Amino acid sequence: MSALSDQLIMYATLTYLVAMISHAVEYALGNARAVSAKAATPARELVGAGVGGAGGTVEEPVTPAESRHSRSAARAALAGRIATWLTTLAVALHLGAVVSRGIAAERMPWGNMYEFVLTVTFIGAAAWLAVLWKQPSLRRLGLFLTLVMVLLLAFAQFKFYVQVSPLMPALQSYWFVVHVSTIIFASGIFLLGVVPAVAYLMRAGWEQGRRSFPYTLARRLPAAAGLERMTFALHAFAFPIFTFAVIAGAIWAEAAWGRAWGWDPKETWAFISWVVYAGYLHARATPSIKRNVATWIAILGFLTMLMNLFGVNFFFTGLHSYAGVS
Amino acid sequence: MTTVDERPAAPAGAPRRRVNPVLALLRNSWRQLTSMRTALILLFLLAVAAIPGSVLPQRGVNPENVNRYFIDHPDLAPKLDRIGAFAVFGSIWFSAIYLLLFTSLVGCILPRIRDHLRALRSRPPAAPKRLDRLPQHAVLAAPATADAQAIAAVLRRRRWRVQVRGNEVSAEKGYLKETGNLLFHISLVAVLLGVALGSWYGWHGNRLLVAGAENAFCNTRQQYSEASLGPRVDSADLPPFCLTLDDFHAKFLPSGQPASFRATVTVDEPDGSKRTADFSVNSPLRLGSANVYLLGHGYAPILKYTDRYGRSQTSTVPFLTTGDANLTGEGVAAFPDANVDPKTGKRAPDQQVAFDGLYLPTAPDAAPFVASAFPEERNPAVVLVAYRGNLGLDAGIPGSVYKLDQRQVDNGKLKQLGDKKLGVGEKWTLDDGSTLEFLGTKPYVTLAVRYAPGQSLLLAACVVLLAGLMGSLFGRRRRVWFRVTPPDSGSPTNGSSLVEAGGLPRTEHPGFADEFAQLVAAVRDDERGAGRAREGVE
Ligand code: HEM
Repeated sequence: MSALSDQLIMYATLTYLVAMISHAVEYALGNARAVSAKAATPARELVGAGVGGAGGTVEEPVTPAESRHSRSAARAALAGRIATWLTTLAVALHLGAVVSRGIAAERMPWGNMYEFVLTVTFIGAAAWLAVLWKQPSLRRLGLFLTLVMVLLLAFAQFKFYVQVSPLMPALQSYWFVVHVSTIIFASGIFLLGVVPAVAYLMRAGWEQGRRSFPYTLARRLPAAAGLERMTFALHAFAFPIFTFAVIAGAIWAEAAWGRAWGWDPKETWAFISWVVYAGYLHARATPSIKRNVATWIAILGFLTMLMNLFGVNFFFTGLHSYAGVS
Repeated sequence: MTTVDERPAAPAGAPRRRVNPVLALLRNSWRQLTSMRTALILLFLLAVAAIPGSVLPQRGVNPENVNRYFIDHPDLAPKLDRIGAFAVFGSIWFSAIYLLLFTSLVGCILPRIRDHLRALRSRPPAAPKRLDRLPQHAVLAAPATADAQAIAAVLRRRRWRVQVRGNEVSAEKGYLKETGNLLFHISLVAVLLGVALGSWYGWHGNRLLVAGAENAFCNTRQQYSEASLGPRVDSADLPPFCLTLDDFHAKFLPSGQPASFRATVTVDEPDGSKRTADFSVNSPLRLGSANVYLLGHGYAPILKYTDRYGRSQTSTVPFLTTGDANLTGEGVAAFPDANVDPKTGKRAPDQQVAFDGLYLPTAPDAAPFVASAFPEERNPAVVLVAYRGNLGLDAGIPGSVYKLDQRQVDNGKLKQLGDKKLGVGEKWTLDDGSTLEFLGTKPYVTLAVRYAPGQSLLLAACVVLLAGLMGSLFGRRRRVWFRVTPPDSGSPTNGSSLVEAGGLPRTEHPGFADEFAQLVAAVRDDERGAGRAREGVE
């Protein structure tokens, strides 16, 4: 079972990689020229139909469509659809890897860093498919998402991999299951939230007429306002879950270590993340603060989450040190 | 009717007169402090100020690491210490930030609570003149019988707060958003209070408890190796219970990873009753007056020393685990009263004896015997160095029970006699004919005993906090208006009424257009149904 999980995750990573390439092809073909979107009507998703206010892609003025252009547009759309199907396949493999890992260990698959990253990325990718289902116009964000998936999964396999083993006594608690599953879930959504956040910053720059490097990537992205709303929606969804997870962690810590909150490095960084995300929600609710400032705060929040996930386990020693990472 | 969502910019209504500049300054600072921007800055400061708390060792978390930091950085450490860098979360600057933040919070929510209470009691405002200027607008033809009351009923059924004024209906929904937001912020204050209660009236102590009735411990300040009482707690306030460790079980996997722990204790309650109880990691012993947590465990070798006069003493010494997973222990067995000449009864201060070394629950098959090979006792052995001389205990220099006074060794007053590995039951004869016998071990546990009032307040606050947060994030305040224009007032739809509807989302609400459309459809269907019913009767 454990070997099966290892194989599945390798295939899942490769599939994400191919999906990423396919997304990149879509991008490249799309960038060949301002695609005459109208000529490419079969690719309904491209124009986006403005679902949920996400708005269609703001296209550059369309020159009289040449058939070459519409062919390349159709190819771009095909590449995008293939990328989506590949991502779906990868998520299925990913799920298989998580489940078989859990079966092999005879417990929930989140006992160590490796399993933690495996599950967080799964949540992020699965939530991405859910978002895509509701708002197909966002498909181009898949490029960033699959990139993040490939990087995190490869990193986890090379750096964190450990053999299946049972849980330490301190981790044998219902609250542990509650705490870790919600932390994983919230982290997955925050992870997904970074994708529209970065895309928004790039797209907003593009819409303001910036034409230098990172902004040019945003040429084919959905409208900035929609990306920003999606960023907020994901963070607003994840924040209460994260809050709950931290509270559950405190309840568990009270039972395991005799104190609900002890400013152990991991707790300290969870506090920092929580405060930064609260700052994001405040900033976004304050009209005098620009939306891109607020979005940067959200990205900062995710960096503090990453610091907690990777940095703290490597740099500091605390009660939270997971088994299997040295 | 004024809206109540925006905070009034200034205390309204005061007639213009000369304001005391000091008062003006105060009022301005207060307004600054309670602004959202200040709250944001303080939140950031709080996050930044917490970082050193994770980078530098903290006394409250790990005092040994702080000591090590002092040794490693002799110049820097005292300077850092002066600014409270080793106790960040109790430092003046950290406290200043969160106290300012909470002052800002209270200053921010008090007026909002007042406004919201007012809003809860007030009625939805009258319709604006031009409903077609609102973000949502619809016009529908309705039967001549259409009336405002029927529309109001439809809205009420959908849990809108409704006010009918003549042929106009005003409705509002989503007060929960602000209610939730206020509850959330209030519960933050409650969390702070709960924490404060815990630190003022709480206490905790740590100690090591060796199995056996002779090693029982009673809850007094002196019995703890480390204790801290809140500022409002006196030593005499500690509840008088006693604990005896009867048994301790640890199970390990073949890999050496611990699988489960269980400690069995006898508790003497303050009321004199006695009971036995089990507890373990994750399920502490909850006494009425305090909780007892299992933090760690190890072994205490039982060593019997028979001196040159043939008199023996037995000592059970907890050997502290060195942090390795296989429970290698480190300790000292000291016999300061050894070698008292039975004839004179006089203690020879240079004839004291001590043994310093390791305990290995599973000694490896071959040398070096420096680390245990498994955490369970499969092949228990002590590896000891013998010392004779002056232990330095009489000099009044406080020394750790678990460490030999190295100064005595350095100045030659304590001499090393050699070293040996002893299995259970083995005996070691020293050069003066005295012997040391290793009889076996007893388990010990390390405990934290803790009383933390305010926990239930904290828990309740957390529940409210979450509920409020959800209401705040997902609640949506919105208003709709319906205006019925009866047929005779010159409407072009001969014979039927005209119903005009307008909708205004008060907060960002992407789904509002859909909701509005549904609402309008529901009103139309209701009117049609009602109209038909009435026609059927008449
Ligand atoms: C202890 C510090 C604070 C924390 C952790 C905190 C946290 C939060 C969070 C998480 C939200 C998001 C809920 C939402 O968007 O509806 C929020 C909203 C809000 N907070 Fe705070 N807050 C704090 C202090 C303050 C202060 C000092 C003020 C006043 C200046 C304030 C005013 C508000 C307002 C007006 C909202 C509603 C924003 C909206 O319209 O959605 N908060 N707060």
